[in-house]
This record gives sequence, structure tokens and C-alpha cells, in this order.
Amino acid sequence: MELTVITNLVYLLAAVLFILGLKGLGHPRTAVRGNLLGAVAMLMAIVVTLVANEIVKVEWVIAGIVLGSLIGGVLALKIKMTAMPQLVGLFNGFGGLASVLVATVAIIDAVTGFSMGKAVTGLVQRLGGVAFDPQFVVATAFSAFVGGVTFWGSLIAFGKLQGIVSEKSVRYPGDQIVKALVFVASLVMGVLVVIEPSNLTYYWILLGLSSLLGLLLTVPIGGADMPIVIALLNSYSGIAAAATGFVLNNTILIIAGSLVGASGIILTQIMCKAMNRSLANVLFGGLGGAQVQEDLG
Amino acid sequence: MDLVSLITVFVLAVFLGFEVITKVPPILHTPLMSGSNAISGIAIIGALIATGAENSTVSTVLGVIALVAATINVVGGFLVTHRMLDKFKKKD
Repeated sequence: MELTVITNLVYLLAAVLFILGLKGLGHPRTAVRGNLLGAVAMLMAIVVTLVANEIVKVEWVIAGIVLGSLIGGVLALKIKMTAMPQLVGLFNGFGGLASVLVATVAIIDAVTGFSMGKAVTGLVQRLGGVAFDPQFVVATAFSAFVGGVTFWGSLIAFGKLQGIVSEKSVRYPGDQIVKALVFVASLVMGVLVVIEPSNLTYYWILLGLSSLLGLLLTVPIGGADMPIVIALLNSYSGIAAAATGFVLNNTILIIAGSLVGASGIILTQIMCKAMNRSLANVLFGGLGGAQVQEDLG
Repeated sequence: MDLVSLITVFVLAVFLGFEVITKVPPILHTPLMSGSNAISGIAIIGALIATGAENSTVSTVLGVIALVAATINVVGGFLVTHRMLDKFKKKD
């Protein structure tokens, strides 16, 4: 059998295990098994990717995995139970960072004439020369945008719960307008990246704007609402991973990413209901914070 | 795979994601969030491809940073979820 066929079959099996794992995590009796199924699926996807992609720089791959496992393992095992929500927020930020960096490597490689892998079609042959593949460019810009918001938003969420950043709902007059302007500016920059991918300046500005948006969206939210925000950012990191899947033409990234993206939204809604909050209120209103201030005043 | 097949896979997975989570008891909210966060560490696959390709120094360096970040997300995510669920068991 061809290697790509085997790879995609293993990816399919991993996808099935991810689905069963997520389903299991939602019920008390099956939660532990669900988590293990997810871990097994991840391991399968990693191993088959290493085998199928004829990885050249093995030493770098090993170094990265060992270092990441050490840091992740120590953090997960040493942290106090009370500090777990912010740790999840921090881990989520790292996931978003990974998506951003992969998109960045992909576009740098494409601009400098390299290809990131067999399945990646950054540049395609067109009449009159080589051109950027529209799917590749749109997905790269989208991944950079969502990943940037996820990374910086998660860092702020972590900082608020850890007490590094003010837990209070930080608000100022016209903050909604500032957020809207930065959002529109990032959309414009995203379109410019799509129109002219070879000019990396647009891409760097897009990264800067999405990072700023991540900060602006999270700073105004009070500490009590942070678990909801982390659940939402978790959904975003899934969406970023799915976008990266479209950059790399990789099915397991698309499936696992969109599963987390969609289920994360549902979980966010469930958590909002449990805390008697509406999502719009948490994100834009900050009514809880305002009410407290009025009561104090 | 062509774009239409990829979009098909994407849309079906989104629907599945919406359906797979139903009636989660509050005590499982945080572990579920943590577990699905570990799954979103699937970006590690992209990081592996980015690091492994023999391209420029810049892309290798960025790839390795991506790989470290994604591995922290995956390993830490599954471990911390396991710890959370372990605590619930002892309470029963």
C-alpha cells in the first residue's frame, strides 16, 4: 500500500478515537477512558506523521519533543489543584502559538521558494509562471489571525488568574470602538496578505494586529468570567489548528481542530448557562463588572 | 486531497463537534475543557512537518519553537486532565 494511503487511514483511526475520547470526557464514568483515548489518538497521529514525512532533521524533532514533554510534564504534575484553570489557559496559549508559527513557517517557505512538505502546495504552476495557491494563502492568513488572538488572549487569561495581570474588568470609554477598529484593520490586512502574499510585511502587521486584538478582547473581562473565556479561547485554538490543516492539506488537523472548535463553542455555552451569564455579556458587556462598581458607588 | 473534499471533511467534523457534547455535569466542565484543549494540540502535527522539512534556518528555528509549544500543550494537557479526573475519583 502507498505510504500516503496508510497515513490517511491511521489519521482516520485517530479521528475516530478523538471523537470517542471527546464523547467520553463528557460523562463521569467514561471521562478517564475518554482522556486516554485522546492521548492514544494523538500518539498515533504523531508516529505516523514522523514515518510518512521522511523527516530530515531528526535531532531537532527529538530535541523539541523531549524539551516540550519535560516542561509540560513538570507543569502538569507539580501545579497545585487550585491553579489548574490558569494552567489550562497557558497550555491553550501554547497551542495557539504553535498554529501561528506553523502558518508563519509555511508562508516564509513559500515566499523563499521552499515547500514545507509533500502535501503542501504553497506555490502552484500557472500560465506565465508560479503563483500562490489561493487555498494556501487564505488558510495561512486565517490561521495567523485566529492563532494570534488565541495566544495573546490565553496569556492574559493566565495572567489574570495567576494574579500577574489585574483581575478587575479593565474598561475605558470607547473600548468597544477600539476593538472594532482593530478587528476591521486585521481583516483589511488579511485581505492584503491574500492579494499579495509575497510581501511579508502585510503578514507581520496582521500578526501584530491579531496579537493586539487578543489583548484588547481579554483585558476588559473580569477574573470570575475567566473560565468561560478560556473555554472560548480553547475553541479558537481548535479553529486555528483546522485552518493550519488547510494550509498543509492535512486531514487530521482539520478534523481534530474543527471538532474542538465546535465542541468548544457548545461547552462555552453550557458553562455560561451554569454560571448564569450570557456569552455576549461576558465578551462585550462586562455588565457584571459595571454592576459591581455601581453597587460599590 | 482537493479543496472540496477537505471542506466536506471540515463541515462534517464541525457538525460532529456540535453533537458530541451534550448534558455535561458541571463537575466535568473543567476536565472536558482541559481534555479538548489537549486535543487542539494537534497543531503538533504541523509543527513536526515544519521542523522536519529541510528548509531555511529561520523555518527550522520557528518550527522547533512551534514543536516545543505544541508538545507542552499535548503532554501537559492530557496529564493535567488525568490528574483532575483522578481527584474526582478519590472523592467518591
